[in-house]
Amino acid sequence: MKYLTMILAMLCVACSPADRSADRTDTGASSANKHAAGDGKTYAITGGTVYTLGAAGKIEHGTVLVKDGKIAAVGANVDIPADAERIDASGKIVTPGIFDPQSQFGIVEVGAVKETRDASAGDSRFSAAFDVADAINPRSVLIPVNRIAGVTRAMVSPTNGDKHIIAGRGAIIDLGSTEGFIHRDAAAMFAALGETGAAQAGGSRAAAMLALREALQDAKDYADNTSAYASNQRRKYALTRLDLEALGPVLAGQEPLVLHVERASDIEAALRLARDFKLKLIVSGGAEAWMVADELAAAHVPVLLNPLEDLPAHFETLGSTLENAARLQKAGVLIAFATGDTHNARNVTQAAGNAVANGLPWLDALKALMLNPARIYGMDKDVGTLEQGKLADVVIWSADPLELSSFADQVFIAGRKIPMVSRQTMLRDRYMQAMREKQALPPGYITPTAQ
Amino acid sequence: MKSSHLRAAALAVLLVVSAGIVANAAASLPAEFPPDAFPSTYQPLPSQTTLIQHATIYTGTGERIDDGSVLLRDGKVAAVGKNIEAPAGAVVIDARGKYVMPGLIDVHSHLGVYPSPAVEATANGNEMTNPTTPQVMAEHSVWPQDPGFNTARAGGVTTLEILPGSGNLIGGRSVVLKNVPATTVQGMKFPDAPYGLKMACGENPMRVYGSRHQFPSTLMGDVAGYRQAFADAQAYDREWKAWEAKVKAKGAVDAGPPPKRDLGKETLAEVLDGKIRVQMHCYRADEMAALLDVAHEFGFGIAAFHHAVEAYKIPHLLAKADTCAAMWADWWGFKMEAWDGIRANIAMVDAGGACAMIHSDDQNGIQRLNQEVAKALAAGRRAGLDISKEHAVMWMTLNPAKALGLADRIGSLEPGKDADVVIWSADPFSVYARTEKVFLDGAVVFDRDDPKRQSTSDFMLGSSIDPHAADAAAAGEGAR
Repeated sequence: MKYLTMILAMLCVACSPADRSADRTDTGASSANKHAAGDGKTYAITGGTVYTLGAAGKIEHGTVLVKDGKIAAVGANVDIPADAERIDASGKIVTPGIFDPQSQFGIVEVGAVKETRDASAGDSRFSAAFDVADAINPRSVLIPVNRIAGVTRAMVSPTNGDKHIIAGRGAIIDLGSTEGFIHRDAAAMFAALGETGAAQAGGSRAAAMLALREALQDAKDYADNTSAYASNQRRKYALTRLDLEALGPVLAGQEPLVLHVERASDIEAALRLARDFKLKLIVSGGAEAWMVADELAAAHVPVLLNPLEDLPAHFETLGSTLENAARLQKAGVLIAFATGDTHNARNVTQAAGNAVANGLPWLDALKALMLNPARIYGMDKDVGTLEQGKLADVVIWSADPLELSSFADQVFIAGRKIPMVSRQTMLRDRYMQAMREKQALPPGYITPTAQ
Repeated sequence: MKSSHLRAAALAVLLVVSAGIVANAAASLPAEFPPDAFPSTYQPLPSQTTLIQHATIYTGTGERIDDGSVLLRDGKVAAVGKNIEAPAGAVVIDARGKYVMPGLIDVHSHLGVYPSPAVEATANGNEMTNPTTPQVMAEHSVWPQDPGFNTARAGGVTTLEILPGSGNLIGGRSVVLKNVPATTVQGMKFPDAPYGLKMACGENPMRVYGSRHQFPSTLMGDVAGYRQAFADAQAYDREWKAWEAKVKAKGAVDAGPPPKRDLGKETLAEVLDGKIRVQMHCYRADEMAALLDVAHEFGFGIAAFHHAVEAYKIPHLLAKADTCAAMWADWWGFKMEAWDGIRANIAMVDAGGACAMIHSDDQNGIQRLNQEVAKALAAGRRAGLDISKEHAVMWMTLNPAKALGLADRIGSLEPGKDADVVIWSADPFSVYARTEKVFLDGAVVFDRDDPKRQSTSDFMLGSSIDPHAADAAAAGEGAR
C-alpha cells in the first residue's frame, strides 16, 4: 500500500514539469520575436570597410542600415532615411558581432563563489533535462565587459558536474538586453566523453560510452512508449523522466549534441555513436581533431576548439598544436573558437589572430568568430552575416578586429546601440581620475560617467 | 635605497643580523655548511659571434633604434647601435623588416612544478601540509622535461622564475632558470641569481587551511602567520649570532656545537638579511598595503607583488616602497580578490611611478607575453595614457629583471649584458608576429626555420608513432 502511494506520488510529481517544458519552448519563441524591436532608432553606419561574411563579401566605403532591430540594407549605395542617425565608420572595419559558441554568461559570476555558480547540475538527480535558461542572469557584470569588446551573442552551456556525463541543455542568448534575451532555448545538449566522461562514469572511457548509449537507448524507448511508461509498463530507466524527454529532440536530430572529446580515438568513438543514433554531433575541445580531420569533414561534424592549445596538458591532448584550426579548416571542417574563459570571452579575437599566425586564412578566422557558430547551431538565418533581414549584431572596429591594439568602437546588438561602458571602464575611470587630479575626497566619491 | 634602509632598520631591531648568516657560518665551518647546496651547472650552449643588422630594435631601456644592429660576442651583448661593423668571421643576420628585443623574462611561472601533463604525480608545486613551508625549494619539484619550457622558449622567454604555488602563506624558495633544455634543474639554474621566497596573501591559504578547520582561516590569520614566522626567524637568527660570537671569542672547538639548523628559519633569516627576495602573491590593494607594513615591521623588502590585480589603486604606495607589481593583462573575476581586475592595470601602475611588468602564471600565457603586453599597452592608451611601445617593452624585459635582482645582467640590450635576444618576424606588438630566432647567452636556442634548433621534451618522443608511416624516421615525428 505504502509502496503504491509512493509510485502514485512520483507520477503525480512528474506531471506538471512535463507541461512546463512545453511552456518553455513557447517562451523561447516569443523572446526571439522581441529581438526584432531594436531601440526604436534607425542607424546608418557609413564609410567603413564592411565584411559582410555573406555573398556580398567585402564592401569598401559601405553602408549598413539598421532599423527595427534588423539590417535593413547593406551596400556601397544605400539610401539613407532622413531620420537615421549617421555613424561615421570611415577608416574603420564593420563586421557582424562575435558569437561565443560555448560560454557561461549569466550562470557563473565569480568563479570561486559557489552562490554565483549555476553552470552544473552537480549532485542533483538531473542531467539532460538541466537547462541553463532557468538560471541565466542577463545583468551579469561579465556581459557588458565582453559585449563592448564585440561579443554580441553566446551559447550559454552547462558544464559537467562530478556525477553526470550529460551536462544538460544550453541556450543561445543576446548580450544586449535584459528582456527577451534568450534567443533560443534548448539549443544544444552538452555531454562529455574522454577523460572527463570517464571520471564521471566511474573510471573508464568504455563505461562513459556505455552510460551515454544507455541514456540514448532509454530515451528512445521512452519516446516510443511514453504512454506505457506512464502506466508503469516499461523497464526501469537509467535517467529521470525529464532527462529522457529532454533527449527526445537530440535523438530526432533536431537538437545537436555537443560532446567534449579531445583524443583522436575518443573523437572517432563519438563519430561512431553519432552514426549509430543518427545524432547531429558537434565536437568540443578536439585537441587532436586534426588527426581525424578527414573523418570529421566527411561526417559534417563541426569542431569548437581553442586555437591556443598547444601543450600536452592532459594525456588526451598529447597531439595539441597551434595549427589545429588551420588544418581542420583546410580539410573542410567547420570550426568555431571556444576559449573556455567567459570572463575574458573578448580575448577570442586574440586567439583567432594566433590561428591566423599559424596558418588559418584571415577571413576564415573572422568567420570562425562570427558566422560559423551561427551555422553550427542552425542560427544563421538570424545572425552571422551583415545581410538584409538579419538581426543587427554589428561591430565597428577601430582597425583589424584580430589585432591586439584594435578595439570595438561601437557595438549594436539586435539593432540596439550599446552604451560602451562596463564595470571595468568605470573602475578604470574612477582611479584614473583619482590619479590625475589630487582629490580632496577618497575615490569612493568619484562616480565615473558612461563614455 | 629603500632596501638598504630596511636592512639598517633590521640591524637596529635585531642587533644580531649579520651579512649572511649561512655564508658566515660557512666561513668557519665549510664542511658542514656549504654556501650553495645545489650549485648551478649551467653552461651556455656553443655560440658564434653574431651581428644582427638592419632591424628595428627595442632595447629594453625604453628606446627604439631603427635600422639598428646588435653584436653578440662571447655570450654577451658587445655593441648596440646604428652602424656596427661585422667582425671577421661573424655570422651576419640581415633582419630587414624584423624586430629585435631582449629575451623575455617571466617572474611568475610554475613550469616544471606544475608541468604538462597535469596529473597527480606531476603536481608538485604546493606543499600544502603546513601553511608555512619556507624550507622547501621549488627546484626540487622542477621536472626539466616539462614540454612547456620548449613552448615558452619558442615564445622568446629566456629567463623565468619558477615559484611554489600559493596554497601556503610562505610557500618556499623559488628558483631562477635560464630557459635552456637540460636533463637536470641544476643545468638550467641561472648562476648566482638570488633566490626568491614565495609568499601568498588572501584567499588561497585561508581556503586551503580554513576548509580543514586549521589556521589560517581568515585574512587576519594570514597576516598573523607571516608575522609569527618572521618573529621566529629573528629568534633563530639571534641563536646563531650568539654562537658565531662564541666562535669568534673562544675558537671553533670551545664554542661548542652550533645550534641545529632549521631550513625554514634559515631561509627567512636570509630574507631578513636581504639576500632572498620576497615574491608575494597578492591581489587586493588593501592586502598589499598591509603586507608593506609587515615588511617594514620586520625590516625586509618585497621585491614584487604578483598578480596585483588592484595595483592600479595604489601605485603611489608601491613606488614609495620600491616594490614592483607583476600583473596579467586582463585576468579577472575567477575569485573575489580578482573581481576588480581591469585591462589598464599595468599601464596605470607604470604611469603612477611604480615598477610594472607582465607575468604569466600560466603555461600558455608565457608563450605570448608580448601579446599580453600589447593588450595592456592598448588599454593604457585607451585610458588616455601616453605610453610608447619601446617603453612598454620594459614590462617584459628590464622590469622583470629588476624584480629578480638581475637588472645588471639581463633585461636590456646593453654592452656587457647576457646576449639574450629575440628576433621577431614583425612588430612583437602585433598578434601576427612570431619569434624567428631566440638567443640565450649568444647561442641560438630556438630557430623557427631550423628543426635542429627546436628542442623537444623526452616526454613527447614517441607519443604518437604512426604505424602507416613510410619509414622509422617519419613514424617518429610524432604529434607535432
